[in-house]
Amino acid sequence: MTGFFVLFIYLGIFAASYFIVTKVVHHATIRDYTSLKTVTFGDESAVRPNRVAGIISIITIFFIWGMFTGSALLPRFLHAPAPFVGTTEFTYTVEANGETDDATVTVVVYPRDEKVDPPEVDPGEGLAKNDSIAIAQWRTGLLRVDNNDDVSKADGAEVIAINGQPIQRGETVQIENGSVTLSDKGTPNIAPSRGWQMEPLYLPPPEEVWKRTVTVLSEGFRNFTLWEHLGYSLFRVIAGFLLGALVGIPLGYAMGLSDWFRGWFDPIVEFMRPVPPLALIPLVIIWFGIGEGGKIILLFLAALWIMAIAARSGVSGVNISKVHAAYSLGASKWQIMRYVIIPNSLPEIFTGARVAMGVCWGTVVAAELVAAEQGAGMMIMVASRFQNTDIVILGIILIGIIGFGIDMLMRWAERILVPWKGKS
Amino acid sequence: MTGLSIQDLSMRFELPNGSAVQALENVSMELKEGELLSVLGPSGCGKTTLLNIVAGFLAPTSGKLILNGHEITGPDAERGMVFQKGALFEWMSVRENVGFGPKMKGMPEGEKAEIVDHLLDVVGLQDFKEKAVYELSGGMQQRVALARCLANDPDVILMDEPLGALDALTREKMQSLVLKLWKETGKTIILITHSVEEALLLGERLIVMAPRPGRIHKEYRLPFAELGVGADLREVKKHPDFAPKREEILSMIWDMEEEIMGRTEDAA
Repeated sequence: MTGFFVLFIYLGIFAASYFIVTKVVHHATIRDYTSLKTVTFGDESAVRPNRVAGIISIITIFFIWGMFTGSALLPRFLHAPAPFVGTTEFTYTVEANGETDDATVTVVVYPRDEKVDPPEVDPGEGLAKNDSIAIAQWRTGLLRVDNNDDVSKADGAEVIAINGQPIQRGETVQIENGSVTLSDKGTPNIAPSRGWQMEPLYLPPPEEVWKRTVTVLSEGFRNFTLWEHLGYSLFRVIAGFLLGALVGIPLGYAMGLSDWFRGWFDPIVEFMRPVPPLALIPLVIIWFGIGEGGKIILLFLAALWIMAIAARSGVSGVNISKVHAAYSLGASKWQIMRYVIIPNSLPEIFTGARVAMGVCWGTVVAAELVAAEQGAGMMIMVASRFQNTDIVILGIILIGIIGFGIDMLMRWAERILVPWKGKS
Repeated sequence: MTGLSIQDLSMRFELPNGSAVQALENVSMELKEGELLSVLGPSGCGKTTLLNIVAGFLAPTSGKLILNGHEITGPDAERGMVFQKGALFEWMSVRENVGFGPKMKGMPEGEKAEIVDHLLDVVGLQDFKEKAVYELSGGMQQRVALARCLANDPDVILMDEPLGALDALTREKMQSLVLKLWKETGKTIILITHSVEEALLLGERLIVMAPRPGRIHKEYRLPFAELGVGADLREVKKHPDFAPKREEILSMIWDMEEEIMGRTEDAA
């Protein structure tokens, strides 16, 4: 239910900001060549990401996050309805041996971290006595109303109405700020209204995640600082990737240059490529244990096939005219390799390296989820076991940022090192 | 003895389906040093195969090629090649591309730079020396390819439709450049082309090849290349023999094409 509401708000913001930005504000933009194109639908080159949309998109995510977690960063009127806190009451009617009597239940709902005891209440007259209960936010409470009554359930007492509304076992009656359900055994179960906000246990507000970030930054997590956790993950990725490239690139070249190598390794490479590296984790653990070695070997295997295939297609992608021209200019085989085949394959190798780094980053996190002493994946796995959702979210954000950063770095290196990519 | 001698060359490809293609059959010709030969023919007549054999990229099934007294067995710096496109090295600047041959020989830097500078002057690209080749226009790229080939000082220059991808205006300028370079360097040049006009303009000798099997159909000796050196090529085209020759060769090629079409229709 809340989910639909979130979706509805999200789509609402999407549509509203579209109309406001494009129809109202954006009329005064610069008119460059692309903006003068009349055919834009279907012309992919005319579709450029709208910066404003990007910014609003990110703000919207944080806005909805804050809205449904009651974030202190948002003014109160923007919050989704909060769970009830305070005191409410209802009356119940007991029937025993043909007699009926009413009594009042006082319900105190307290914020989760400020536990209070049920208040003292005047028992009142009649066979049913007044009760009280204290319930934490988002929780429900069973109240054995007959405990202090003159007749108990064992004597045949039965709750027959809540606030005057008749009720039977298994039925629910709405009361002020909540509802009361009669359990199968006839005991009222009081559920104060939960509002529409997420429980911090499931989704803490943004500022809580930030606070936790600061704590983890200063105190570390599980005997290692945050930088050590991330550093270990990065080290594994880089070591595994470098080993994979070191073996995979020469292997790919050999496969691109020799019949025998192509024939020998093609079945192995083509078979191993579609095997997800994650599927190798159990075998790697059995063979190499859960230490550093096993993880680096796993990442080596993740990078190896990708790099081999990239190098192979880099070699086979060389325009034969270039090789012929080089031979006609008197180049030896070694010189062809050094001056034609290697530079010509570099763009493909960079593309492969980008893919391999992405796969390695994903694989290392997964491997650390399974077993590790330190690392980004281990951090979120352990945090989830202790229901430290804030650390889980922090970890996911950091993993995303690092993965994105790696890709940006690779693209930058590609621009600097192989400016001729896509220019032939 | 100098010059290129092609003796009884045949080339037969076996296809995977068991049939075979006779790409060349008993092709023979003698080419003296410094001759400019253009080769013309409908597609499938084996002219590119012939060039690849002369370059040493393909071994003929029978026949011999003798260049300056020794047999051709593989590619060598003595036979330079200019391709239609895509043969320049994008990872090198214009200067490095032109200096590639001398560098492979291990020529000292100073000597190499001198050759490169001279050739860039000849082809008019001195100002583009440090540019990347992909920043140049198609015509400029072909100038680089010509200069790169010349930098190696080959005995024979093989050109595989070098101007085929250029626009008409650039093409005309490049034709003048080819003639100028031929006269200045005195190289033996074999030029393959699809354009009858180009074959007439850029051939002291012109060979028309016929397809299936690829063979020499007719050979001409022409005055136009000699006339065209240093002259306006449009004037050369006004020569009284030019238009009749062009018509003659065009109808010859048309007849061949029609024969091929007819044969294919009969088969179908």
